[in-house]
Amino acid sequence: MKLINLLKIAYRSLSKNKLRVLLTMLGIIIGVASVIAMLAIGQGSKENIQTSMASLGINSVMIYPGSTNQGGVRMGAGSYSTLTLKDVDAINSKCDYITDVSPVVSKSSQVIAGNQNWHTNVVGGLNQYFKIRDLTVSVGSSFSATDEHTAAKVCVIGQTVSTNLFGENANPVGKFIRINSIPFKVVGLLAVKGQNTFGQDQDDIIIAPFSTVMKRMLSTLYLNSILASAKSENDIDNAKSQISTIIRIQHKLTPADQDDFTVRSQADIAKTFESISNVMTILLACIASISLLVGGIGIMNIMLVSVTERTREIGIRMAVGAKSRDVLFQFIIESIFISVLGGLIGIVLGILIAFLVSYFGKWPVVITGTSILLSFLFSSVVGIFFGWYPAKKASNLNPIDALRFE
Amino acid sequence: MDIDNNLICVKDLVKTYKMGDMQVFALRNVTLNIEKGAFVAIMGPSGSGKSTFMNVIGCLDYPTSGEYYIDNENVFKLNKDRLAELRNKKIGFIFQSFNILARTSAIENVELPMLYNSGIDTKERKERALAALKSVGLAERAFHMPNQLSGGQQQRVAIARSLVNNPLVIMADEPTGNLDTRSSYEIMEIFQKLNDKGITIVMVTHEMDIAQFARTNILFRDGKIVSNSEVIDRKIATDEIKNLPILDVNEVLT
Repeated sequence: MKLINLLKIAYRSLSKNKLRVLLTMLGIIIGVASVIAMLAIGQGSKENIQTSMASLGINSVMIYPGSTNQGGVRMGAGSYSTLTLKDVDAINSKCDYITDVSPVVSKSSQVIAGNQNWHTNVVGGLNQYFKIRDLTVSVGSSFSATDEHTAAKVCVIGQTVSTNLFGENANPVGKFIRINSIPFKVVGLLAVKGQNTFGQDQDDIIIAPFSTVMKRMLSTLYLNSILASAKSENDIDNAKSQISTIIRIQHKLTPADQDDFTVRSQADIAKTFESISNVMTILLACIASISLLVGGIGIMNIMLVSVTERTREIGIRMAVGAKSRDVLFQFIIESIFISVLGGLIGIVLGILIAFLVSYFGKWPVVITGTSILLSFLFSSVVGIFFGWYPAKKASNLNPIDALRFE
Repeated sequence: MDIDNNLICVKDLVKTYKMGDMQVFALRNVTLNIEKGAFVAIMGPSGSGKSTFMNVIGCLDYPTSGEYYIDNENVFKLNKDRLAELRNKKIGFIFQSFNILARTSAIENVELPMLYNSGIDTKERKERALAALKSVGLAERAFHMPNQLSGGQQQRVAIARSLVNNPLVIMADEPTGNLDTRSSYEIMEIFQKLNDKGITIVMVTHEMDIAQFARTNILFRDGKIVSNSEVIDRKIATDEIKNLPILDVNEVLT
């Protein structure tokens, strides 16, 4: 029997039961739509992480003072101050895989300008800090090497700080602010960066020369962290291990000692978040697939009903010369028709849901061709798989038994 | 067994049904030859095995044992697919309950056997279906649904369907069982015309007057053939229809 005839027969018999077909299809539609929407949302958050990680400076390597072990109680990263400027110098002179390095100190402070005040984080770093963090100064300039030398009271502020102290769209360059009662001259305004992956406002920051913060505000010898940038993405791992070795020597650690610092790269953090997001995506897709499976069982159910209902028809068809194969294909094509059409509608619906989520939920979504292809194939396979048994049952009927069926 | 001159050769056909522990014989060693061009009416009381015999020679059912040749083909040696092909190309089956597809137009019902015959394209299929409907006098009803047709008309659709693949033999299982006398005679008229053209017809009936239209009558009893005789005084349907009393509506109403 020709395929076109089979398709016609399937179409005719389906069009006689429109509501039933639609309801059966609904299972597949919901399944496919949710798979697509879930994958789109998952993929969206993954790419969101990737782009915001890149905005932090993808090649950057961070060295934190390490976790200390005090009588078996681990205090966590940063619990103990071990990093000093000597470490920075050592890294600068001995590490082959980095381009820039900057010590970082920070203090959260109350900032006052005129009759406005604001609480923010004041970071002290070298000029390289801007480069490593991929920060650009949009108005004015960053501080110079002389400022660093003389511990000049100058700073570069972020947009959020500027808005809160000087108002919307004001130019803060040249104005004075007081940080912990110390007057600082604003020399530059940072370009807007927005929120990072963790929801932190990257524009809520004040950056001042390292020596200024160190000497005038903190009066300490220890650093909060050291920031470096690797020459390239491929050098990150080498840079990390070399920095580890350098600092271990600096800190005179014996091979038996644990590291008293932690070296991490932006890529590590990105990887962690990506893997979390992957797990979430897989989980969501699994749940969505279950609904697709349930939809498949719905198809099988309705096809079994259909076979029973149409036993006489099968008998008639066999009596006039239909082969088992013809009957098998007729019913399989019906279930494939339901699942494929349901799959197509589901794809459209899924894309629609994804767009609604991104429009109203302000959630990034990315619809990939793979997810569409995957869910479409899956729904077709569901149709064939769950249509097989009822169709096989129909094709195995004896013509005379089928004709006598009441 | 002389196969050459006979279209249907049946030898020692046995069919038993299991009813619990009991074995019920529906056919006991039936042997029968039917020539090309015959018009056979198989008669017998209920449960005599005539319908079972019909289903077996119509290739719809398998016997317990025996041999069966149709058009020189050993039927019980064929696999299911070849059997389906045989039903499609050589046999036209007509049932008591018409067995046409519901909610499917007359012409589509007639097209059905040709759908399973891959040698026929769409155009030819439509033409042949329409020609078959025309030959049973239903050309103008081609696109009616079964529920818009009378019993006699539905049976004529079934006949058109059985004819459409030019079968060697038409097998009719109580074709007039659900019809009134006039419709029955009209069906017989069609059968006689087909038979005159050389198509073999095997028909099961329990009505004496219907059997009179055939050339040969075979009587079944208890799963065996008890007689096989030429019809004496054969009725011609065209004449009989003329002699049927015409129901005068005005007469009934007054």
